[in-house]
Amino acid sequence: MNGVEGFMYPNEIGLQWSVLIVLYPFITGLVAGAFILASLERVFRVEAVKPTYRLALLTALAFLLVAPLPLVLHLGHPFRSPEMYFTPHSTSAMAMFGYVYMWYLMAVLVFEIWLDYRREIVLCSQSAGKGTRWIYRLMTLGSSNISPRSLAIDERVGWIVTLIGIPSAFLLHGYVGFIFGSIKANPWWSSPLMPVVFIFSAMVSGIAGVMLLYMALTRLRRQKIDMRCVDTIAMYLFYIFIIDFSLEMLDLIHRIYEADESFRSLNFLVHTQLYIPHIVIQICLGTITPILLLCVTQVVKLKEIVRKRIYAVAGCLTLVGIFAMRWNVVIGGQLFSKSFLGYTTYKVGLVSREGLLVAIALIILPLIFLWALVKLLPPWPEKSAHEGAAAD
Amino acid sequence: MSVFKDAGHLFRFAGLFVLAFLVFLVVRQYIVPKSFGQYGHYRGAAIDEIAAHPVKYAGHDSCETCHADVLDVKKAGKHAHVNCEACHGPLAKHADDPASVTPVLPDTAVLCARCHTASAAKPKGFPQVVPEDHSTGLPCQTCHKPHSPGMEAGGAK
Amino acid sequence: MNVTRRQMLILLPAAAVAWESVLAGTPEEAPNYKLTEHWWSMLIDIPKCIGCGNCVRACQAENDVPVGFFRTWVERYHVSDEEMTNPQVISPDGGKEGFPVAQEDGEKYFFVPKLCNHCADSPCTQVCPVGATFISPDGVVLIDPKYCLGCAYCVQACPYGCRYIHPEKKVADKCTLCYHRITKGLTTACCEACPTGARQLADLKNPKDPIHEFLKTHSVQVLKPQMATGAKVFYNELDGSVR
Repeated sequence: MNGVEGFMYPNEIGLQWSVLIVLYPFITGLVAGAFILASLERVFRVEAVKPTYRLALLTALAFLLVAPLPLVLHLGHPFRSPEMYFTPHSTSAMAMFGYVYMWYLMAVLVFEIWLDYRREIVLCSQSAGKGTRWIYRLMTLGSSNISPRSLAIDERVGWIVTLIGIPSAFLLHGYVGFIFGSIKANPWWSSPLMPVVFIFSAMVSGIAGVMLLYMALTRLRRQKIDMRCVDTIAMYLFYIFIIDFSLEMLDLIHRIYEADESFRSLNFLVHTQLYIPHIVIQICLGTITPILLLCVTQVVKLKEIVRKRIYAVAGCLTLVGIFAMRWNVVIGGQLFSKSFLGYTTYKVGLVSREGLLVAIALIILPLIFLWALVKLLPPWPEKSAHEGAAAD
Repeated sequence: MSVFKDAGHLFRFAGLFVLAFLVFLVVRQYIVPKSFGQYGHYRGAAIDEIAAHPVKYAGHDSCETCHADVLDVKKAGKHAHVNCEACHGPLAKHADDPASVTPVLPDTAVLCARCHTASAAKPKGFPQVVPEDHSTGLPCQTCHKPHSPGMEAGGAK
Repeated sequence: MNVTRRQMLILLPAAAVAWESVLAGTPEEAPNYKLTEHWWSMLIDIPKCIGCGNCVRACQAENDVPVGFFRTWVERYHVSDEEMTNPQVISPDGGKEGFPVAQEDGEKYFFVPKLCNHCADSPCTQVCPVGATFISPDGVVLIDPKYCLGCAYCVQACPYGCRYIHPEKKVADKCTLCYHRITKGLTTACCEACPTGARQLADLKNPKDPIHEFLKTHSVQVLKPQMATGAKVFYNELDGSVR
């Protein structure tokens, strides 16, 4: 059989979950992480990261809008997906998806963005050009009340929404970890640590993602990057990364120490097929290197330009590393036989429904959405429409 | 009431939710299949649908009606517990309407060899031979009656 | 008894239809089949299996199983004395055309037919997000092909590898214990085709079923008991090396 080594149960030779299922936790991870960064300012009053507050929310929304697509494209019968809303099976972690997604989208993200931007939305509904005015009008929901009192209420309610949003973000991504972690049939997945590892790696990826987007967009706008902001983000990234790395090492050490019936098979897998994705890309390049780079910036006083470069490199490596982690969990978990006697291989198609081109398109699409959102709801005061001709 | 004046927009937002929820409830009534939940969290009608699949193997009981003579021979021999369709293949169509389907005689060269080719993996007490040495190329039915293949009990030709 | 002409007019045609049915050989669905009176399971007698592959072929014919996928399959184990934890296992095309001849080398060989274990606490029905797979009241784990999304979560959750996604229908598929046969008083296709009686359908709720006596008098195991799936396919003399 092509690509099979040793013995596999006849039905497990072809992989069930493809690169699209790798993308889904990656995307929701970015959503959850970006939101946590936004909540740092709103709830935990870390003033320094305020310049990224709105950008983080818009990033979370852009990625969340794309999140269901890889799932729907993977289903055998995509048009039956409403069944998850009408008859969700209460014992299935996956059944939570419909409701958690809808809750997080509407009651947290959209609500919070709406509350934060309401003043600008109302003003734009009156002053914007013909082409976009109707969008703003729709978004006002018919209310043009932007009195100081109403804005104060918005501020208060927004704070509560962010507060609720933090556990909601954990739920949005934690349940994905539980989807894998609760499968006793698969020892690579089955672990109570799985949801926790997913959440912390999500925070790492989201924070790194927003940091990179902030730096890139600010440069594109030819503005000055707020170093106090970026330094603070990098600091949080560093500490959360340490927690994430510790959790992953704990899983690894525990697995090696206990050496249960699956260990020999998994160990072989990590030393052969998964050597490059797991050891080289995820651990060395994607975790240890960014941690060391960030550590250097924390202990040594470096020039601004050096710090910027280090943050950019560390941020990129982090995103690659977290993507590799999702790959190693999803794909890695399907490469070995549940008989622990054999291995198969995974070949990503190119133009198929679950192939490489679709995956690339799904990574680019959120950036397009983000571009549209930034145009519609500018995150930074200098560019907001109601100030008319901006002074730059 | 002034509180409500400045929080009007919040009520509008909440109103959207309530509206969406009501629409959802109405749509749900139409979409969810009627038999869902009849026995558990699944479509009860599925059980009958699955039970209604066509049968391809008639089952050994149905052969007796017409082929009692063959069965009497088989019952007394080594293949007593080998069901008819184990060798003759699925014949429910033939049992339903004997004239419509004429069963094809199985090719003994392939059929008998599958079970009786000697292999270290097979149980020791099971009758097995090395085909080339045993029959030197002759078809099995040259010496063995398929329905009662044992040589001692008068099964030899 | 006094039969009126009217009664005869009704009874005769009814009898004719019923007689057709008897002659036809395919029993109509037993109209008095009650779901709650049965709890289906299967018994597999390892020492009797000769690896002929009849069951795999019969299942494929009865259930239109797509090529390359298996609702049931047979594995051949080759265990050397020292290495019980490292058996060599093969299942060429699921054992459909039998197995290559094994040379006598003084080591242990045996065949293990496998199928869906119709677990009483099945992990596959637990994870289905919409209720497309379920255990019927008579103990058979079934899939509703009209409701299944094809998400493959159940395929991932099955510890035994007995599920697959149907390549054309794009829904989950697996052994149904020939539900369409057992509800009519027939046995499963695999049991029907097995020449040695290595596979036997059993009804745990039927006091007259020989399985009760068999379970009391033989060393019986299920696959992967540590998974606590409530598996209902029982294996007689299952070796410890079986995965």
